[in-house]
Amino acid sequence: MYYRTFFPRDIIAELDRLQRDMQQAYDPSIRGGLRGGFPALNVGSTPQSVEIYAFAPGVDPAAIDVQIEKGVLTVAGERTLPALPEKATLHIDERFAGRFRRVVTLPDDIDPNNASAKYRDGVLHISIARKETAVPRRISIQ
Amino acid sequence: MSNNVEKTSESVRPDTGLFPPVNVVEDANGITLFADLAGVPKDKLGLQVEADTLTIEGEVSFAMPEGMESLHAEVSLPRYRRAFTLSKELDTEKVAAEFVNGVLTLRIPKAAHAQPRKIEIRVD
Repeated sequence: MYYRTFFPRDIIAELDRLQRDMQQAYDPSIRGGLRGGFPALNVGSTPQSVEIYAFAPGVDPAAIDVQIEKGVLTVAGERTLPALPEKATLHIDERFAGRFRRVVTLPDDIDPNNASAKYRDGVLHISIARKETAVPRRISIQ
Repeated sequence: MSNNVEKTSESVRPDTGLFPPVNVVEDANGITLFADLAGVPKDKLGLQVEADTLTIEGEVSFAMPEGMESLHAEVSLPRYRRAFTLSKELDTEKVAAEFVNGVLTLRIPKAAHAQPRKIEIRVD
């Protein structure tokens, strides 16, 4: 019985993954690679805020620890997966299990006291406001 | 001619998507599949069984402030997609699905005739 198949239709996604893996091998981050960790991170910016999305499906939001210290955001926690029932076979084992910690260096102009975090559909969304003075202001010419 | 080329690229594109990580567990009565699909709301999840292929698809959709500029994206495509070839002893009519906090749990029971039966070994 073959539960694993090769997915010819997903070859583009596979090539993309391969390319990213190779890139990381040549240019790794000091903390061991930016990509491929759990949770996956997307980071965005607006003139008023910095937005971080941590893709952490199946994690109890109460068990996630979010901290901002010295301009560094840390998202840490643990994901436990259901125990394998007795006499069961694990055919594919790709999902992350165990403790996780990811770190993002924030820009200088953020206000650590003005941050919010929401968890929805397995995504932790952290929004950190920029300091008032950092918001660009238009100066009218008289 | 150019029309043909366009059609081809359109028919290829919907197939590209992120590969959701999965765990597949088999016990005596069936198979349980767990898939990580963070960022997919319940109404954007698609499950399909066609012939012997199970396809899992999900559109990634989450709130983004207006005018946000992306600086770094590990979830770099707006879609997850993965397909599995099922074996014929699985009863696809009785698939049960649950989707909580971005984790899909699919239970596919084995058909009654495929449930394990102990075969006695006779030694003459």
